[in-house]
Amino acid sequence: MSEALDRPDLLLDTRGTQRALAEHVVGVGFVGDQAAFALGDGTVWLSDWTAMPVHRGAVLCLATDGAGIVTGGDDGRVCRVTAAGVAEVASLGRGWINAIAAQGGVVAAAIGKQVHVLSDGATLKVLTHPSTVTGVAFDARGKRIAASHYNGASLWFVAARVDSPRLLEWKGSHIGVILHPAADAVVTSMQENSLHGWRLADGQHMRMSGYPAKTAAMGFTKSAKWLATSGAEAVVLWPFSGNGPMGKAPMELAGGDAMQCTQVACHPRDETVAAGFADGLVVLADIVSGRVLPVCGPGRGSVSALAWSPDGAALAWGTADGFAARVDLSRK
Amino acid sequence: MNQIPVTVLTGYLGAGKTTLLNRILSEDHGKKYAVIINEFGELGVDNDLVVDADEEVFEMNNGCICCTVRGDLIRIIGGLLKRRGLDGIIIETTGLANPAPVAQTFFVDDDVRARTRLDAIVTLVDAKNLPARLADSSEAAEQIAFADVIVLNKTDLVTPAELDVVEARIRTINPYARLHRTSRSAVPITDVLDQGAFDLNRVLAREPDFLTDDTHSHDSDIVSMSFEAGQLDPEKFNAWISTLLAEQGQNLLRTKGILAYQGDDRRFAFQAVHMIADGDFIGPWASGAARKSKIVFIGRSLNRPQLRRGFEACQAAPAPISAMAG
Repeated sequence: MSEALDRPDLLLDTRGTQRALAEHVVGVGFVGDQAAFALGDGTVWLSDWTAMPVHRGAVLCLATDGAGIVTGGDDGRVCRVTAAGVAEVASLGRGWINAIAAQGGVVAAAIGKQVHVLSDGATLKVLTHPSTVTGVAFDARGKRIAASHYNGASLWFVAARVDSPRLLEWKGSHIGVILHPAADAVVTSMQENSLHGWRLADGQHMRMSGYPAKTAAMGFTKSAKWLATSGAEAVVLWPFSGNGPMGKAPMELAGGDAMQCTQVACHPRDETVAAGFADGLVVLADIVSGRVLPVCGPGRGSVSALAWSPDGAALAWGTADGFAARVDLSRK
Repeated sequence: MNQIPVTVLTGYLGAGKTTLLNRILSEDHGKKYAVIINEFGELGVDNDLVVDADEEVFEMNNGCICCTVRGDLIRIIGGLLKRRGLDGIIIETTGLANPAPVAQTFFVDDDVRARTRLDAIVTLVDAKNLPARLADSSEAAEQIAFADVIVLNKTDLVTPAELDVVEARIRTINPYARLHRTSRSAVPITDVLDQGAFDLNRVLAREPDFLTDDTHSHDSDIVSMSFEAGQLDPEKFNAWISTLLAEQGQNLLRTKGILAYQGDDRRFAFQAVHMIADGDFIGPWASGAARKSKIVFIGRSLNRPQLRRGFEACQAAPAPISAMAG
C-alpha cells in the first residue's frame, strides 16, 4: 500500500496499457477482453489501439451488453460493437440519442421524448414521455425500464401488453436515472446537485442532497446495499439496505483531496467501487474496509468514463482530454 | 480551458433570423459554429452542427419563482462540447420566446458556465412590422429590452422617416444596445458574433446614444432608467440590490452597473437578468477619472424616485474633513 501511494501510477505502469487519443472520451465499455472507448469524434477505439468509425458526429452515450457495447450518437443512430465489428442497430431519424441502456440483448435508446425499445433489429415498442428523456435504465432482469425527464421519472414494463407508465413525480429537471437491481427503488440525479428516489413498494420519496456538483455517475454495489455516486469530493455511498437512506448519513470513501469525484463504477462481483476524479486520479475503494488503492495518479484530464470488465478482472477509463487506459487487476 | 462564446438570437417570425443563420453557416469565415435552432426552424443548410431544440423550460427548485432555465440547452451544449474545435454556439429562439430562461441558463449551470460564456443577446427586428408587433404582444418589447445588439432589418421596406420613428421607439425601450440598420440580414457577422456584451469588463463600456428622459414609450410598458452616484459602501449596495432583485426581479429584465466602492481602486461591474446577479472587480479606475457609480435598469413598473433614493442611499459617508499640519 505504501509503495502504491508513493507511486500512484504503479498499477498503470506495470499492469496497464494507455494511449492519448486527443478526443473527449464519452463512454467506456468492454468488447470481449478489450476495453472500448467511445469518443467525441464518433470513433470507438479498442485497447489494442485499433480504431473504427461508428458515428458521423459525436458518440453521446454507451452501454455494455454481453460481449460488446451499444452506442448512441448525435447522428440519430444506435450501433453495436462486438468482436465481429460494427453493426447498426437502428437509425431513429433526425435527433440525438441522448441516453442508452441494454440488458440481455434488448436496447433502450432515448431520442427526444421517446424511448425506442429494440431487439434483434426490430422495434419492440416506442415509449413516449412528457418531455425530453435524459436517462434510461433497466433493472437487473431486464423486465422494467425507467426513464428520467422533467418533473420525475417514468417506469415501464418491457413486456406489458398495454403501455402505461407508472409516473414517479418530483418537480424539477431530472438528468439521469438508475433502477435498483431488484427494482426496490428508482433514483434520479437532478439539476440542483441532488438525487431523488422513490421506494417502489410504497412510493416513499427519498431526497439525497448536499452535493457540490451534479451527479454524473451512479451505481449499485454487487450486494445492492449501497448506491455509489459521483458529484462530491469523495465517493458518496447511500445505504439501501433496510428502509433505505432516509435519515441516514452516507458513507464517504476516497475523500480528503478536495477534488471532485466525476465517475464511479461498482465492481461486478465484490463490494468494491472504482472512482475517477476531476484531476485524473483513479482509485479503487474497498467498501468493507474503506481502504483505497490508487490505480492512476493525477494529470491527464478529468475522468469522464470508467467501467469494469464484466468479469471484474479489468478496469478501463478515459478523460475529457482524451487519455484512455486499461489496467489488468486479475490475480496473477 | 477556453470558454466558447454563445450568442442568443431572438426576434419575431419574419424578422430575418433564418437568413442570418444561413449566412453564418455558409459564409467563408474560417470558423466552426454550431447552431441550436428551435423546433419550428428550418435551415436550408445541411450541416451536422445544426441541432434541434425543444425550448423546454423548467423552474429551478431554489425558491426563486422567475428562475426558469432551459434544461434542453444544458444537455445540448454538453453534447456539443464533446467535439473539438468549435469556435462558437448560436442559439435561435422562437419568435414568441422570452429570452430570460436562455440567459439564466448561462448563470445557473456550473458545467455550462465553466465551458462557455454568454457573449450577447442579439435581437432582430423587422422595421416594417415592429410597430404592429409591439402593439399586439409583450414578447416583442421584451426581446428588445434584453438585447445587447439590435439588428434593425428590412430597412428597405420603409421610408427614412418611418425608419427613424421605429428606431426612436426601440430606443425608448433600450437605449443601451448597439444598433445596426440593415436589409436582407446583411449585417456583418463581426457585428453580431463575439461581442463580449456579458463580459463584466465591458458592462456599460458603451454610453447610450442619448440619456432617456424618462420617455414613456407609447406601446410598451418597458422602460430603462439610469442613475449616477458617488462612491458606494459595498455592504449597503449589496443589501439594497439583493432586496430589490428579490422583490422586483420579475419586473427587472436587465440590470447593469459600474460601481465605485469606497476604499477600492478597482471598478466593480455588476449585472443581473431578473433575480440572477453576477458581479466582480474589473480593472482599476483610470488615474484622474471621477469615481462615479452608474447603474441602469431595464424593466416594467420601475419607480424612478424610489430607485434613485435607494441607489443614492448606498453612497458611503464622505471622509471626515480634517486639517493637516502644513
